[in-house]
Amino acid sequence: MNWAGWSEFFAMGGYGLYVWGSYAVTFAVLAIEVISLHRRERSARDKIAGYIKRKAQQAHETQT
Amino acid sequence: MTPHSKGDNSNSDNVAPSTVASTPTGTRWLKYASPQHFYPLAGKLLPWFATLAVLLCVAGLYVGFFLAPTDAQQGEAYRIIFIHVAAAWMSMFIYLVMAAWAAIGLVLNTRLSSMMASALAPTGAMFTFVALWTGALWGKPTWGTWWVWDARLTSELILLFLYAGFMALQAAIDDPRRADRAGAILALVGVINIPIIYFSVQWWNTLHQGASVSLKSAPTMAMIMFVGMMLMAFAFWMYSIAAALSRVRSIILERERNTEWVAGLNAGTAP
Repeated sequence: MNWAGWSEFFAMGGYGLYVWGSYAVTFAVLAIEVISLHRRERSARDKIAGYIKRKAQQAHETQT
Repeated sequence: MTPHSKGDNSNSDNVAPSTVASTPTGTRWLKYASPQHFYPLAGKLLPWFATLAVLLCVAGLYVGFFLAPTDAQQGEAYRIIFIHVAAAWMSMFIYLVMAAWAAIGLVLNTRLSSMMASALAPTGAMFTFVALWTGALWGKPTWGTWWVWDARLTSELILLFLYAGFMALQAAIDDPRRADRAGAILALVGVINIPIIYFSVQWWNTLHQGASVSLKSAPTMAMIMFVGMMLMAFAFWMYSIAAALSRVRSIILERERNTEWVAGLNAGTAP
């Protein structure tokens, strides 16, 4: 084990800003990508649902 | 388990008509070149790659922070290596895969190949940004500067612009097939930048250190550090596959929304 305690772990031998700045931004952009992927899929599905709905309405209107 | 216990679909696939020239296996694999058949397959594969990515990442972080010792020269600052090198590798590797898919789409006119290229670009750009960002945060304590205009750093920055240019060009063209072709040309021209990045540390005088790992010789680092770096590299690799599969599914839905099979998916409950 490298660290005597949590404070030593977070200090990273004086390089805490650089090490944690790297890891924090990396995992932040990964999280942003995952969220945007979920949003994109949901919006694609919503658009299809709307498209099907409109088509059904049109079919209904031409019938009556 | 007998073949008969499988679902109706696989049964009809197994019965390959003898008039078809290709082998049954060939027929079965080629069908995944169509977006309609690849869509559910991508959905099935996605959770496996995502799970692998998380497990490898946890293992890599554990090795990187708790098992790998302090570096004799750089102290703890070197621990940036575990994400920096992994991200830099992925930024180049994804570009090559993206260009290959774009080329296949251009030559064979296969829609799904071009969609794969588009699906990879944002993830590649993200890893390029991560490589540059972590490089800056590593450069400051070890070189005394966030940034220098040397060959390695400049060519990696050009890679970010190539990804951005590819995405901007595709977004600017309304017709998806024309956008695919234009993007493919740009991606293929940009491939020249990849060997420039990779060999820049040999070809030019640069502040950046040489390759830590090569195919010809043993890694120039402690074994446990190397293991941590490889675990993170595989984690990012699996993540990239999962992200590309997820994005290509959305692209398929967006581009094929007027087709019967997408309408039949019954949006919201589909796999």
